[in-house]
Amino acid sequence: MQTYYDPGDLAKFGEIGEEAPEVAKKFFDYYQAVFAEGELTEREKALIALAVAHAVQCPYCIDAYTTTCLEKGSNKAEMTEAIHVACAIRGGASLVHGVQMRNVCSKISL
Amino acid sequence: MNGFQKILAEHALELTRARTSTLQVNVGFLCNLACRHCHVEAGPGRTEIMDRGTMEQVIAFAKRSGFKVIDITGGAPELVPDIGYLLEQAAGLADTVMLRTNLVALMEKGREELLGLCRDRRITLVASFPSTNEGQADAQRGRGVWQKSVAMLKELNKLGYGRTGTGLDLFLVANPAGAFLPVDQCAAEKKFKTDLARKWNIDFTGLYTFANMPLGRFRAWLEQSGNLEAYMARLKGGFNPATISGLMCRSLVSVSWDGILYDCDFNLAAGLPCGGSPVHVSEAGKPEPGVPIMTDTWCFACTAGSGFT
Repeated sequence: MQTYYDPGDLAKFGEIGEEAPEVAKKFFDYYQAVFAEGELTEREKALIALAVAHAVQCPYCIDAYTTTCLEKGSNKAEMTEAIHVACAIRGGASLVHGVQMRNVCSKISL
Repeated sequence: MNGFQKILAEHALELTRARTSTLQVNVGFLCNLACRHCHVEAGPGRTEIMDRGTMEQVIAFAKRSGFKVIDITGGAPELVPDIGYLLEQAAGLADTVMLRTNLVALMEKGREELLGLCRDRRITLVASFPSTNEGQADAQRGRGVWQKSVAMLKELNKLGYGRTGTGLDLFLVANPAGAFLPVDQCAAEKKFKTDLARKWNIDFTGLYTFANMPLGRFRAWLEQSGNLEAYMARLKGGFNPATISGLMCRSLVSVSWDGILYDCDFNLAAGLPCGGSPVHVSEAGKPEPGVPIMTDTWCFACTAGSGFT
């Protein structure tokens, strides 16, 4: 193994159920249900998944949901905007904690 | 037995002709663009175009065979000198006559007469428009093509094409800008209609989504980019037996610029004629129902997902 991440491993995801088939089945059934067309379209859900994939920095998910987004009809500009949403929330989550820093500063400062 | 035939056999399926109702005429490989996905490798340097004599033979074939639809494709049919003659003749012979256009060729100076003919004879226009995204469309078709295409769609709308109630149909064709499967047609049509209306006030009649064929220039790109194996696996993995009964090759016959008959435009690109040996349109009858259709591995592109109907 040259790297920890091998694109070929994505196809082995289902094998995770070998040691715990019941919970794996529940997870994959749930996963399938989540991504089915509902109040949100499959295209919109794929865009959310792509954004979250970048937030959690999962190379498997980025690989899979880039293709899915394209095949569900999103274009590169839309996909890029979705990633910026993830980036803004992720960055915003750090920045907003600056309020805590300011609170602590205020408490211990003259 | 090729890989496609093996899969058919595994599903106890055969691919044979139904009633042939569409005549597709490929008038040649000359084109003003050189799109990277083009399965016939059309371009400005190609010299193969249909001459007047072959057009007359095609028209005679259409008269004695009878077709509901005549679909004229290329290359860029607009660049073929006698295209007006072919359209005029075809217009009286089928319920629907379609002209494929890359939009840019239709926009060039001197094509006003052709456009007028299309409008007057109610020719259906089928225009390539792979993406609402400029970068992705231009990556496939060439720099600046998307902007010109949008401008031409606006012009066509002004003429009444694509506008409700005019009887002038304007279909768009979107194919993936890369080695991935096409978008579901209904979902894509809905999104294209919303986006084109919202951003550019453009209307169109309907949208077709097609998979890219692992042939010609697209195959060369797949090989060069290291995508061929994964793309073919994706097409094969997406094989949907339910697509077989509705495949367009079951009801279509394609005639090449030099008058040879093929089961589809992809077999034409690959040089695989109907029945395996060339038959000229001047000697041909309409293919009979039940006749086997010639296949090869590229057929997987028509049977993946919801298929190419």
